[in-house]
Amino acid sequence: MEKIILWLLPLPPLLAFFAILVLTNKNRALSHGLAVGAAGLSWLGSMILFVRVLGIDQFGKNVLESGFNWLPTGSTWLQIGVLLDPTSAVTLFFVAWTVLMIFVYSIGYHNYGQPAGEHDLKGLPPEGAMVTDEHGHAHKVPSIEPMYSRFFAFICLFAFGMYTLVVSNNLLTLFVGWEIMGLCSYLLIGFWYGKPSARNAAVKAFMTTRVGDVFMLLGIAFLYSATGTLSFQQIFRPEVLHVLATTATPIFGLSAAGLIGLLIFIGTVGKSAQFPLHVWLPDAMEGPTPVSAMIHAATMVSAGVYLVVRIFPLITADFNGHTLTPTMSIIAFIGAFTALFASTIAVSQNDIKKVLAYSTISQLGFMIAAVGVGAYVAAVFHLVTHAFFKALLFLGSGSVIHGMQHGALHSGDEVDPQDMFNMGGLRRKMPLTFWTFLIGGLALSGFPIVTAGFWSKDEILAEAFGNGHWVIFAALAAAAFLTAFYTMRQITLTFLGSPRSKAAEHAHETTWTMTVPLMVLATFAVAYGWLGIPEQFPILGHILPNWFHAFVGGTLQSPPAEVVFSIIPLLTSIGVSLIGLFCGWWVYRRVRSPQADFLQIPLLKNKYYVDEIYTRLLVKPAMWVSEEFTYLFLDRTVIDGLLHTIARVALFLGTAFRNYVDKPVINGWIGDGTATVVKASGFNLRKIQAGRIQVYMIASIAVLVVVAVLLYFLHLLLA
Amino acid sequence: MHFPILSVIVFTPVCAALLMLLYKPDQKKAVRITALVTAGVVLLLSTIVYFSYNKAVAGYQFVEKYSWMPFLGISLHFGVDGLSAPLVLLTGIVMLTGVMISWGIEDRPREFFAFLFFLASGVLGVFASLDLFMLFFFYEIAVFPMYLLISIWGWIKTREYAAMKLTLYLFIGSVVALVGALAMYWQSGQHTFDMLVLEHANFPVSFQNVWFPFVFLGFAVLGGLFPFHNWSPDGHVAAPTAVSMFHAGVLMKLGAFAALRVGIMLLPEGAKTWHWVIMGLALVNIVYGALIASVQTDFKYVIGFSSVSHMGLVMMGFATLTREGLTGAGLQMFSHGVMTALFFAAVGMVYDRAHTRDIPKLGGMAGPLPLVAVGVIIGSLVSMGMPGFSGFIAEFPIFLGIWKTQWVVAVVAALSIVITASYVLLVVRRVFFGRMPAELEGHIRPINAFDKIALVLLCAIMVGLGLFPALMVPWVQTGVQHVLSLLGGA
Amino acid sequence: MNFLGNHLLTLILFFPALAAAVIFFLPKDNLPVVRWTAFAASLVPFLLTVILWALFKPGQSGFQFQEQYTWYPAVHSSFHLGVDGLSLTMVLLTTLLTPLALLASFNITDRLKAYMMLFLFLETGMLGVFMAVDLLIFFVFWEIGLIPMYFLINQWGSEKGEREIWKGVKVQARNYASLKFIIYTMGGSLGLLLAIQMLGVLFQTYDLQALYLKWNTLNGSLLGFPVTTVKAVAFWAFVIAFAVKVPVWPFHTWLPDAHTEAPTAGSMILAGVLLKLGAYGFLRLVLPLYPAESQHYAGALAFLAVMAIVFGAFAAYGQKDFKRLVAYSSVNHMGFVLLGIAAAAKVGFSSTDVALNLSKDIALNGAVLQMFNHGLSAAGMFFLVGVLYERTHTRNLDDFGGLFTLVPLYGGILIFTSMASLGLPGLNGFVSEFLVVRGSWPALTGYTAVAMLGLLFTGAYILKSLKQVLHGPLNEHWAHGDHRLTEINTREILVMAPLMALILSIGIYPAWILDVVNKAVLMLFH
Repeated sequence: MEKIILWLLPLPPLLAFFAILVLTNKNRALSHGLAVGAAGLSWLGSMILFVRVLGIDQFGKNVLESGFNWLPTGSTWLQIGVLLDPTSAVTLFFVAWTVLMIFVYSIGYHNYGQPAGEHDLKGLPPEGAMVTDEHGHAHKVPSIEPMYSRFFAFICLFAFGMYTLVVSNNLLTLFVGWEIMGLCSYLLIGFWYGKPSARNAAVKAFMTTRVGDVFMLLGIAFLYSATGTLSFQQIFRPEVLHVLATTATPIFGLSAAGLIGLLIFIGTVGKSAQFPLHVWLPDAMEGPTPVSAMIHAATMVSAGVYLVVRIFPLITADFNGHTLTPTMSIIAFIGAFTALFASTIAVSQNDIKKVLAYSTISQLGFMIAAVGVGAYVAAVFHLVTHAFFKALLFLGSGSVIHGMQHGALHSGDEVDPQDMFNMGGLRRKMPLTFWTFLIGGLALSGFPIVTAGFWSKDEILAEAFGNGHWVIFAALAAAAFLTAFYTMRQITLTFLGSPRSKAAEHAHETTWTMTVPLMVLATFAVAYGWLGIPEQFPILGHILPNWFHAFVGGTLQSPPAEVVFSIIPLLTSIGVSLIGLFCGWWVYRRVRSPQADFLQIPLLKNKYYVDEIYTRLLVKPAMWVSEEFTYLFLDRTVIDGLLHTIARVALFLGTAFRNYVDKPVINGWIGDGTATVVKASGFNLRKIQAGRIQVYMIASIAVLVVVAVLLYFLHLLLA
Repeated sequence: MHFPILSVIVFTPVCAALLMLLYKPDQKKAVRITALVTAGVVLLLSTIVYFSYNKAVAGYQFVEKYSWMPFLGISLHFGVDGLSAPLVLLTGIVMLTGVMISWGIEDRPREFFAFLFFLASGVLGVFASLDLFMLFFFYEIAVFPMYLLISIWGWIKTREYAAMKLTLYLFIGSVVALVGALAMYWQSGQHTFDMLVLEHANFPVSFQNVWFPFVFLGFAVLGGLFPFHNWSPDGHVAAPTAVSMFHAGVLMKLGAFAALRVGIMLLPEGAKTWHWVIMGLALVNIVYGALIASVQTDFKYVIGFSSVSHMGLVMMGFATLTREGLTGAGLQMFSHGVMTALFFAAVGMVYDRAHTRDIPKLGGMAGPLPLVAVGVIIGSLVSMGMPGFSGFIAEFPIFLGIWKTQWVVAVVAALSIVITASYVLLVVRRVFFGRMPAELEGHIRPINAFDKIALVLLCAIMVGLGLFPALMVPWVQTGVQHVLSLLGGA
Repeated sequence: MNFLGNHLLTLILFFPALAAAVIFFLPKDNLPVVRWTAFAASLVPFLLTVILWALFKPGQSGFQFQEQYTWYPAVHSSFHLGVDGLSLTMVLLTTLLTPLALLASFNITDRLKAYMMLFLFLETGMLGVFMAVDLLIFFVFWEIGLIPMYFLINQWGSEKGEREIWKGVKVQARNYASLKFIIYTMGGSLGLLLAIQMLGVLFQTYDLQALYLKWNTLNGSLLGFPVTTVKAVAFWAFVIAFAVKVPVWPFHTWLPDAHTEAPTAGSMILAGVLLKLGAYGFLRLVLPLYPAESQHYAGALAFLAVMAIVFGAFAAYGQKDFKRLVAYSSVNHMGFVLLGIAAAAKVGFSSTDVALNLSKDIALNGAVLQMFNHGLSAAGMFFLVGVLYERTHTRNLDDFGGLFTLVPLYGGILIFTSMASLGLPGLNGFVSEFLVVRGSWPALTGYTAVAMLGLLFTGAYILKSLKQVLHGPLNEHWAHGDHRLTEINTREILVMAPLMALILSIGIYPAWILDVVNKAVLMLFH
């Protein structure tokens, strides 16, 4: 029974996708009905499964799995199938919730009342955009065509991808889901394809993640070659892992396990926007906000972390417990560095969504770092909580933007509805949004005890500290401080104080379809944390069992022990979050304009010029190699040139033979030469004149007679 | 004594020619009809001969022998084997199509057809003769009308020169060969020109080595062997359409065939000694001809030199002295005959309408002359040895033969395939496709029914042979078998 | 039925040719009749192939449905046909694509009869290569196929465009392209022809099975050289002939020209089937005839394959001409086929290492499936380019932009097909590329790794084309007036529908076709 449900989980969104595409694309209500219905079904299935598996004792040991032969490979088959173990169960839980909430939210967010008009252009955001016509004149084009059904179709396909990824029992189908999500991300970032910026962002996102994907593909190929299977359960058998851990590879002394892990991890770096492949995520904010919330905060980018969590046994195959393997240190370093790096950028951003984007990158860094230091449970825990509160924050920001747009429409002052310096005092205009956003913000900055973010982040810090990775610990702590700081900065600029623009004054609360999801997610943003309170935590630890650790930890062959409790990381995390929050409020409580913001440092505002560097070093050279070198030089000049030369040689020879051999030598000597000789000897054929058959007859007969006589005498001679 | 079908075939054209000379010059229609009927009869009879030739028995068949100059051992001795039967058939085909193509000749058709038929008789005589002297006799009969046909009806600019040159080459060639033949007559000591006898005269090797070059090269001149090929392109260009068809289609085969019959078959040891030289010359023919053809701008010169190249393959086939090579050569003689006949017919049709053969001045002919275009395309596919057409059937065994003798030659010769392909395709495209020059617009009248029949007939033969080699290969094989036995089963 | 059963291959092979002959006698100016006759006629072989597929026994080794007739005893060649799992898939591809190509050319009005006849002859030519079990017959059809394509390109190709050959000398692009196509292929095949002649002289037979045996057991010396030397030379003769056709870098430059100038349907068949002839040659002749040599030179082959993959991708990315871009994508994709073949060659047929043999089988499966997949997606892409070209009369990517607004349906189909060719998991391209990469990894690790660069740029050029055509600000020129861009019509959708269906079905459940291929591979290459 469970297995059937498990198989069916991804299907409803897929069917909905096709249905909307083919049948209901004209009708908005039907379309979103189908979409939400499908999401609802999958949600229901997930919940049923979740509840069922909670009942299973030692679930980590006896998981739900089923598979079938998919690909004939020589005398064997490649199996694919579905798997539900604790980790995927909790992932499934948050995926189901966030996806459903965001679907519902989208109805409200994406629904624009007006019918399509004469002059509005498709493919532009509903509020219209600046475009340049063929004469190069830039002018503002109205667009009220939200391409509603298309939107729901795409997010349905996306949901299918995500569910597939989560329930896969093997890397291949996981990769399938992974790439389908990539496609949807591409399509949805470029949803308003009419905007050049959106179009470029879409391509950028796809290409950047693809860089990771090709390495991941290699990793998968390597793994498959080495183990003959791609199913997690098969690969994670101790004997297999042992072999992988003990076979060496030529590449910087890594073990096979390490190298495979590294290659696959690069896929994660792309998908989860870790440094140095983080550049696409901020641009991805070109997409509609629900998309940012779902794909670029809650689910897809989390999938990257989910992947490393999945292959955790592989990464740690040759991990002895304390000194990190090269692979792990690389992972840990990248994670920690990204966490800090991104948060420093976040503090200087003014676009409400950009702040959240960098914050997402930074938070994902936390999880990666956690995996890197071998803190399996902590990583999963933060993955889940972050999904909830970051989704919440994005939806909140979406609600804010929406409110601002209404305000702008109302007051007719054309301001960027996403610039926080046009906002302020929104807490009165949009109370629901404010409170839920506040909760999300506090969770993000890890406000002690109450918020989920605190518990998960604290656990990561504790693990880093407990296992003695000081550098990682320090970096993450600093990042945590900045997180709290920019979060409060954002809240202060957006909701506190007084409006900075007419739009902000006229902003108003959004519809229930948008606020209800906010509230639901807010609940999780708080409550989910209580499932994972460390055992030895003063007081609380004894009240609530650390269910999460027990449950998720059970996934691994040897469930990890909780890190020894220490007061230092605890105080650190409390400290950084509280101080950070306070500073954020203190510094920005009176700031009215960007000029007054002392953090508008060019280096930070320009994201350390990473994009510029990439353009210089990678994009432009690639263009040159393609257009100039490969095509014009190599193909057109060298290769074709060679062919043409061969042709020319042949023609040259022909001409030479004709003019220097045939005509002078052969004609001149043998041909006409003989003629002249004969003429000289007086035998002139011209005597026989044209048209006299008799003459001709006589001539030829004469010749024969001569010959005959000649022969006759010969005959006599012989006789 | 059965019906003397061969002598009928051989002498019908001459009789028709004489008959035509009795007509009044203005009875053009009568002349034409006579010509057509005669050609038809000849083709019919030669077809009968071809298909009733008994492959199982092999050897010379339909043999007739009438004593002529007993004191010299000269007799009128006819007979065909597997090699000559196809050539007789070929002659019939070329005759009929030639007559059809030249239907529209207005300038003294009486003489024209008369001379043409003298020529035909000569050719048929050579193919059918089993008597060395008669072979020469018919050979001469074949050569002289060419002179007149070209110098009278030919292309005004070069006809004198070309006719002169052609006749000289062939005359000198034949004289050289004749000397060789007389040497054989003298050496054999049996006072006979009967080749069936001479075949078994087993001349001493030294003798053969001395005289083989005379005989072979003497005839090879007519086969267009390098460096004696040059009369042929010039002759083609000067000759009127039907004559070019005969010239390239049949006359050059005459040389090749005689070279085989008299040279190789009577002097096998000589052949074995000299075949490297012939191979070398033939190789030059093949590549050199193709290269030169690819730079010609005169439609007829292109085909003229392509003939040189293709005849080179025939000579090459002989030179290998292997079963495959000879078989291929035999097939190539027929295939190339049909192909060039078609080419020259087509060129003639284009020339009669456009009044130029200069390729750059032509274009878009496929519009008004679709069938001609199709014909030439098929012809060019044959000439580039495209599988599925007779050219491939003929060339492939030749190459097999070369591989058996000297693989390097095969590698070099193969180049000609690509060269040929490139120039024929270019010519086809330039002449028949693309934009038609303004001055030709509207001047291109469609071809008449006879032209169509001729084209279709020729194409059908090439495709049919290409798809079903069994239509000819067994005949040739029986002939080759005999040659090989003379060569000591090489 | 019994007759049908015994002569199925001959029927499939010659039906198109017969149909062409029939078409010759149809009224010249009644276009619909000609069109529908040709289309209907091309459906027959397809249906017969479906029957063939149904009757085919994948488990059974050797060639099935064999037919043998005497053809040219003098050179020891007989008209011998037969199919195994390998050729069957290719036959299916051919008979499937031809009707679609004909359907795609319903807009042709100029000399329609000739056009349709050439196409049907072309089909016979291609099928012959796949069915031949006699080396000479293989060659015969191999060459015959060139002719119709040559005329299709230079008669019905795009009229615009010139190509500078050398300083100052310009020729019409389609003439240049068609001549380059045919001469290059014929020139490439010269070595093949010579090698075939040599084999014929050596063994007095052209029967493939016999040749496999005799040629491989031959030793001593030949033509005054050690046999190994001769074999090595002959090996390269074969390789070059097929490499030109595939085409493999650096023999590929005819392809962009030919594709760009060919009529839409022509490009569909060219990319869909003709290129497969080359790859098929590798599998049918090179590997079985030269196991030792191919193993010895596997590195070189892999190198060329990787060059094709990488430079193909780069060149495609560097294009401004939509059709040329797609053309170069073929170089890129066919590179994977060769990579798989090279990997298999590297492992060799005598290896006892189980893991390596598995990789070999996977690589070959990948290669064959990639051939089929590329047939589908490339044909689709070329058709879609054609659809756009027919309406806009330009192929320059800079002339488009934002067309998604005007032609959403077309846009959707284009994205779908592009994604297939990009190798998106869930669609067919991914399966084969994954198999190739997986199969090549153990044997050719380094090359496989480098090939990933090509895979990356595959994404780059696909997205570039989509970006330029569909996305971005709408080019107003196509929005109004008589050159307003019209949506893809039903006929065109009907052309795409089967392709898309197959693309999806193979992507989701490849086993239905791969099982046949896999069994064939197991029997052929062990």
